[in-house]
Amino acid sequence: MKLFFTVNGERRDLELDTRTTLLDALREHLHLTGSKKGCDHGQCGACTVMVGGRRINACLTLAVMHQGDEITTIEGLGSPDKLHPMQAAFVKHDGYQCGYCTPGQICSSVAVLEEIKAGIPSHVTADLNARPGLTADEIRERMSGNICRCGAYSNIVDAITEVAEQQA
Amino acid sequence: MKPFTYERATSPAEAAAAAARRPGAKFIAGGTNLLDLMKLQIETPAHLIDVNGLALDKLEPTPEGGLRIGALVRNTDLAADQRVRRDYGVLSRALLAGASGQLRNKATTAGNLLQRTRCPYFYDTNQPCNKRQPGSGCSALGGFSRQLAVVGHSEACIATNPSDMAVALRALDAVVETVKPDGTTRGIPIAEFHRLPGDTPHIETALEPGEFITAVTLPPPAGGRHVYRKVRDRASYAFALVSVAAVVQRDGTGRVALGGVAHRPWRVEAAEAEVPRGARAAMAAILANARPTHENAFKVTLAERALHAVLAEARG
Amino acid sequence: MKFDTPATTNPIDQLKVVGQPVDRIDGRLKTTGQAPYAYEHNDAVRDHAYGYVVGAAIAKGRITGMDLRAARAAPGVLAVVTAENAGALGKGRMNTARLLAGPEVDHYHQAVAVVVAETFEQARDAAQMVQVSYAGAEGAFDLAAARDLAEKVDQSASATGDFEGAFATAPVQLDATYTTPDQSHAMMEPHASIAAWDGDRLVVWTSNQMIEWGAGDLARTLNMPREKVRLISPFIGGGFGGKLFLRTDAVMAALGSRAARRPVKVALQRPLMINNTTHRPATIQRIRIGTGRDGRIVAIGHESWSGDQPGGGPETAVDQTRLLYTGANRLTQLRLAVLDLPEGNAMRAPGEAPGLMALEIAMDEMAEKLGMDPVEFRVINDTQVDPNDTSRPFSRRQLVECLRTGAEQFGWSRRSARPGQAREGSWLLGMGVAAAFRNNLVMTSGARVRLDGRGEVTVETDMTDIGTGSYTIIAQTAAEMMGVTIDKVTVRLGDSSFPASAGSGGQWGANSSTAGVYAACVKLRNAVARKLGFNSADAVFEDGQVRAGNRSVTLAEAAGGEGMVAEDAIEFGELSKRFQQSTFGAHFVEVGVDAATGEVRIRRMLAVCAAGRILNPKTARSQVIGAMTMGVGGALMEELAVDTRRGFFVNHDLAAYEVPVHADIPHQEVIFLDEVDPMSSPMKAKGVGELGLCGVAAAIANAIYNATGVRVRDYPITLDKHLDRLPELA
Repeated sequence: MKLFFTVNGERRDLELDTRTTLLDALREHLHLTGSKKGCDHGQCGACTVMVGGRRINACLTLAVMHQGDEITTIEGLGSPDKLHPMQAAFVKHDGYQCGYCTPGQICSSVAVLEEIKAGIPSHVTADLNARPGLTADEIRERMSGNICRCGAYSNIVDAITEVAEQQA
Repeated sequence: MKPFTYERATSPAEAAAAAARRPGAKFIAGGTNLLDLMKLQIETPAHLIDVNGLALDKLEPTPEGGLRIGALVRNTDLAADQRVRRDYGVLSRALLAGASGQLRNKATTAGNLLQRTRCPYFYDTNQPCNKRQPGSGCSALGGFSRQLAVVGHSEACIATNPSDMAVALRALDAVVETVKPDGTTRGIPIAEFHRLPGDTPHIETALEPGEFITAVTLPPPAGGRHVYRKVRDRASYAFALVSVAAVVQRDGTGRVALGGVAHRPWRVEAAEAEVPRGARAAMAAILANARPTHENAFKVTLAERALHAVLAEARG
Repeated sequence: MKFDTPATTNPIDQLKVVGQPVDRIDGRLKTTGQAPYAYEHNDAVRDHAYGYVVGAAIAKGRITGMDLRAARAAPGVLAVVTAENAGALGKGRMNTARLLAGPEVDHYHQAVAVVVAETFEQARDAAQMVQVSYAGAEGAFDLAAARDLAEKVDQSASATGDFEGAFATAPVQLDATYTTPDQSHAMMEPHASIAAWDGDRLVVWTSNQMIEWGAGDLARTLNMPREKVRLISPFIGGGFGGKLFLRTDAVMAALGSRAARRPVKVALQRPLMINNTTHRPATIQRIRIGTGRDGRIVAIGHESWSGDQPGGGPETAVDQTRLLYTGANRLTQLRLAVLDLPEGNAMRAPGEAPGLMALEIAMDEMAEKLGMDPVEFRVINDTQVDPNDTSRPFSRRQLVECLRTGAEQFGWSRRSARPGQAREGSWLLGMGVAAAFRNNLVMTSGARVRLDGRGEVTVETDMTDIGTGSYTIIAQTAAEMMGVTIDKVTVRLGDSSFPASAGSGGQWGANSSTAGVYAACVKLRNAVARKLGFNSADAVFEDGQVRAGNRSVTLAEAAGGEGMVAEDAIEFGELSKRFQQSTFGAHFVEVGVDAATGEVRIRRMLAVCAAGRILNPKTARSQVIGAMTMGVGGALMEELAVDTRRGFFVNHDLAAYEVPVHADIPHQEVIFLDEVDPMSSPMKAKGVGELGLCGVAAAIANAIYNATGVRVRDYPITLDKHLDRLPELA
């Protein structure tokens, strides 16, 4: 099936099996391998990308469902020569070890700060009718869909907090 | 994943008609459960009808003073809606207790209602499972059943419904609106929407073939304190061992629905007269017919203690 | 270079680069998604096909028939490989169970076939069309039931003094049994490989911690000469012991590629991984401690039961008990039962991790019996010599300092000795402590170091970086030795065409591999000095120059247009026999237990470690916090659920096998005590990656007990294990 979407600002035309997930379209067809396949079942978050500005698991959506969509992957946030502030903060705080969950953690982090700004509540927001705060507990809860088996969580929260404070 | 053909639906009625026309057709919205199951060939649709383009992503007030939630409203948006947060807090809380931010961004209201059990034997196609393969037997009975049902189950199936949202909707007396392939519409009370397993655990809802969910309607706000308490092994991104959705009024009366204990959100209206007398009396009535396994007997105690905490929070 | 006398002052001691909290040199690649993992070598491999592994549907028995017609006829299918058509296969030296079943099936989800097709979607679909019929056989799947059949294992067995007699007459006694469950590594990157044949030569891009072992075992499995196999594994998405050995992804990719005459990619699908690969075996542990009224241990005994496939080995859960505490009368014994569950094998800190889960609860229980503070009880039972051979000292042992420092920093004095006393709202609060111990192992490790005409240094070794920071500490080592800044060092890892290294395992990687780089750098320095006519003892390598007396030459000039190269390996002598080398630590934890539901949430964590020289405090700290996180998993949630009827781990994906998420982990503190250990290597370092896990779960268990007053001896401590003993709700 023919389709197109925009990845990191660039229009990409593809002809794909209907069964191809967005994740496999990115990794195997566009060779954007920054988005990782950790479980392929929405259980780990390593494949997190942003579609239309919202973070999703790219493994649990079909490429054909994204005709015309705007997709941002880790490659679209920054490059080794020009790191996104969140990428730089992860390096500074050692917010990773093996690095496999890292692109997903970073995409999620960027989106989480936007979600808090937009006033979207979370499980740990004490008052549903108030704006959620930018606390470590809020960050931890919202980042919980991104598993890091190396256990860099404490450093990741430090990295996100630093970027949030820079933005504030 | 089996090969399938794919179309984008143009209207709810057309989607329902297409589903009736094409054997083996399924609707796909968020896809977060359906694709998971298709990869394992637990679901094998021959045709997918993508309903994401349908304009069913709005929340609007009903003439009665309630709220009509479009079938395609994403879980994130439903939880974040100011009216839901203010008037139906138990629903916001339930949604936010479920899955992850990424999944809630994709998962829809209708899809959440239709998600299937997380019983590990259902998920392993090498194992007998009456829900996946009717008549093959239930491996979970006598197997690893810690997560599974304690009430309302049968010899054929002890699976639980994994949804948090549905538990809150049950406490709120929601109605599921549908359109059938012939164009007729109906409203299914949430109490009748999910079925108990009985001898046919593969039939999970009251939906007829091709019937398409267009909205979920909430009655006017019931007032009271809204609490959703989800108990799980890890602090987030996990299915409930037990969850309690409660709407408790100032006079101590209230509604209570449980998640994680049965094949459907578990609510016993007749037992709610006991709520003012406290958690022990209420839960004894709600779980009067519980038949837990050795591994999940703790859920009965847990449900009572969780309700105790919920009632304390509602009073506080 | 032979290391057989204690290290003296050497260039590493300058600590200009080594010992500094340098950012990872591979950080920019990892954070931008540019680091290539096993499945992602699209630049190197073109025109590849996809393989999908079919796992056995039974735990034990025999394949009686396979119908491959539908799979072979499916769209895009290029080949289906099974034991029938794979040719004669050998078995890797490090593998217990075979990596391709047939006709016998040894465990659930053991590979029975690989289906190769043009696309991933086609391969996955066709894999489901492989029809296999089985004749199932009875198997043993229940450790508790097999306990009495377990046989004694000589490994780790020890007896000093008269344990039974001393224990029987000890004024204060503890005799308790603990259990730890089967656990899964659950690394984020699945086992994955791309195989490509060039004639009779095979190249495999893979994800493997031990390149030399992997290449050797792949050659052995395929019955081909070792020198015709090349393994490449520059980035590894986590291993924790699960990628120490050749696994079926590499074998299936190689076989699939040979059959399809195309390069083939294979990644194990997540729901297959847990039963297909290895796991940390469950244990049953009996611990007996006898003390005088003064709290001095007079008798300590530790026995452990575990199971494994026929020909497999035990979980060495009693090892630390030989060395951790004093006591004249000692007994350790392992027993091994044959089980037909998937292969048990090493997972992060094998032996000590589960062993300390039990021992350090026992120490807490004993302290309570004695009415002693748990820190003090451990302190008075410290030993500075091997208690089984008192002529053999520890090289460095700062367990007491770890405990004291931690107690001070953590506010241990605020802990109530009586359990169930502290409360905050609906939370019962408790604090717990445990000692950490992990032996220091050393392994031969080689490296090649080049100096080029620009004065830049390139290190090549088959060492791997599994998230540990190998790239960075190796660069730091080379920079320190050659007197250059770290940006002048390039590190190339994980290729079997490079000198064989220690690899990543047993927390020996950092110390051994940097010592190997040290050795190669010493050789290169000598060659440079010789070339310049310097006395190598006088030559100073600093600021990109080499100086002797008043002569100074840049490294670029010294190297000349052709550059210079040196290769060497560190080989360890008898020092580790003369001196007991171990790493030590103390874990302090505060938990909250929900008074209503029994849910446990960690509030504070501190680790104090004494582990030789810390080569990079930033990456070392990460190793420790990561291990502490895994310890939280082990304490609170991780358990492979065994279906003892059907013989498999039921919760075989990342939704059902829960590991900690962000919300489970508070801010974590780590303190490294100043330590250099000249007995360990010229680097004077030891390891921390496994030490950080040892004892964590017990500290949590003890904190839970302190909060609730309910002692749970069976891990994980899920709420159902104490719920019915929590206080009544008002």
